[in-house]
Amino acid sequence: MLQRAEILGVRDFYRDYFAVAVLIGAALLMVGAMLGAGRLIRPVRPQAEKYVTYEAGSDPVAGWGQSNARYYIYALLFLIFDVEAVFIFPWAVGLEGLGTFGVVEMTVFIVLLALGLVYAWRKGVLRWA
Amino acid sequence: MIGGGIDTGTRIVGPDVDFLAIGPVLALAVAALVVILVRAILRKRGPVNQISLGVGLAGVAAAGVLLGIQWNEVRDDGTITTIAGAVRLDTFGVFLGVVVLAATAMSLFLAASYLEREELEAPEYYALMLLSAAGMLTMTTANDLIVVFVALELLSIPLYVLAAFDRRRLSSQESGIKYFVLGAFSSAVFLYGIALTYGATGTTSLTGIADFLSANTLFEQGTLLAGLALLLVGLGFKVAAVPFHMWTPDVYQGAPTPVTAFMSSATKAAGFAALLRLLGVAFPLYRTDWRPAILGLAVLSLAVGSIAAVIQTDVKRILAYSSIAHAGYILIGLQVDTARGRQASLFYLLVYAFMTVGAFAVITVATRKGDDKHSLDDYRGLALRRPVVGGLLGFFVLAQAGVPLTGGFVVKLEIFSSAVDAGEYGLAIVGVLAAVVAAFIYLRIAVALFTSPGGEAADASEDRPVDRWTAAVLAVTTAAVLFAGILPGAWLTFAKDATFL
Repeated sequence: MLQRAEILGVRDFYRDYFAVAVLIGAALLMVGAMLGAGRLIRPVRPQAEKYVTYEAGSDPVAGWGQSNARYYIYALLFLIFDVEAVFIFPWAVGLEGLGTFGVVEMTVFIVLLALGLVYAWRKGVLRWA
Repeated sequence: MIGGGIDTGTRIVGPDVDFLAIGPVLALAVAALVVILVRAILRKRGPVNQISLGVGLAGVAAAGVLLGIQWNEVRDDGTITTIAGAVRLDTFGVFLGVVVLAATAMSLFLAASYLEREELEAPEYYALMLLSAAGMLTMTTANDLIVVFVALELLSIPLYVLAAFDRRRLSSQESGIKYFVLGAFSSAVFLYGIALTYGATGTTSLTGIADFLSANTLFEQGTLLAGLALLLVGLGFKVAAVPFHMWTPDVYQGAPTPVTAFMSSATKAAGFAALLRLLGVAFPLYRTDWRPAILGLAVLSLAVGSIAAVIQTDVKRILAYSSIAHAGYILIGLQVDTARGRQASLFYLLVYAFMTVGAFAVITVATRKGDDKHSLDDYRGLALRRPVVGGLLGFFVLAQAGVPLTGGFVVKLEIFSSAVDAGEYGLAIVGVLAAVVAAFIYLRIAVALFTSPGGEAADASEDRPVDRWTAAVLAVTTAAVLFAGILPGAWLTFAKDATFL
């Protein structure tokens, strides 16, 4: 019985992917048709300026630098505590059921993350200079 | 109402944990954390480096003692399965754990003087290497595809950083980014393989997959075979088997030499641990499906690894290609799929770890300042100028070529005879031919070492002295390779005891 269900499951699996394949094919066809039609209709007058990434005339390399690369370290540190929160909320809800073992595990987890923060702090990455 | 549906009073019982089974992993992880803590508390560079190295070696030693206890326990009382079947401690896992740990210890020794010389941040290096080794040890005892994946990431992510560790050297940065991009891609492929395998069998446990497949017959095997193929791709990348080898020469060449030594010995052992366990434990019933695939990987690795090495002129690149060819030999033992073949593969991994670490240990001291002058011309006349250093490099490349009286000869012999035993004559012949082709390039290195450079006279004052850490590694690896070549009996018994998957 289980066996038949398994087989059916696998067949459905392929059927789903067949739909995906059809969609991919349709997408390729549609994009191809639209771009091809445009190619046939429009006049072609190439200029060097038109091939620059931003046609507006601004240099795409030199002018790039709106966000400071050093922000990445704050993003990293934020991520640590963001993930920590994701784990702590369900843990807090189920804490009663988890008992002492749960407390010990979470303490270990938080200490590990705190160690990372202490390391970053002592290395001076939090100082903006 | 938040949490309304959850009865908070229900006792949630976690799985039993056998701390002996995960002891070596914990020892390495704790050592890594202590190193980070020490670095965070102490500021002075000199003592911190010494203390970090001491802590790292203590962690490795503790893990080694625990592995010894595990070996006795497992050999006498049989396999231990713990943490709800996610970890399976058997002689096979302990054996490869020993290979990984030996390689880790030797790489730490090599790094000690290297980091000082190149003025790199030592504690971070030790911590990353210990974490990577912890991932490798997890890999050797993993009995669940999810655990294999976590171990794969834990061993890979520190390696990406380690490959790029020499931040001032462009080739090191290049090697790090290449390894990272391709490694992340292969991890994704591996993960997709897990998903498909789970879709087909309804479990991620390796023994669970085997149980399901022996109890049920799949009428449509496409999903499972696709999953298995993707898993092979992911692991083939880690062990550097052709056609998933593209990263190897660039990464091996650019990474700091102690990291290259670590990658070629320990990472290969960990990758093969997962591969052997996956094919031997989870998919023994599908051997008619995976054996041709492994055959293809083995033949391609042997051919590409041996032939491509011939046109290289950089010693680290030559050794990278030779490591691809060595993966091919180990795959032969996997392909024949007999106890003898597995024994030969395990024995090969153990001896190869010493051969490759020895060769890279010489390379860390052979050239002058910096770590990017490794062309054959830089090595010309090395043995005439510095007989011991040059002679040892010659010894290790000849061992890798498989010259009698070295371990390299015995391991190749074992691999070939296991193939002949199983009736795989074609594969044995391909292996022998590859060994002949590869011998040419090893001899080219050896000849370069003993011919005088001519032209500019070498300035001996720039030569790097052999410090005691490197000397210790060289002594151990030389002894091990000779010992394996002359008296392989004890090593073979060790490998034989480890083949009970």
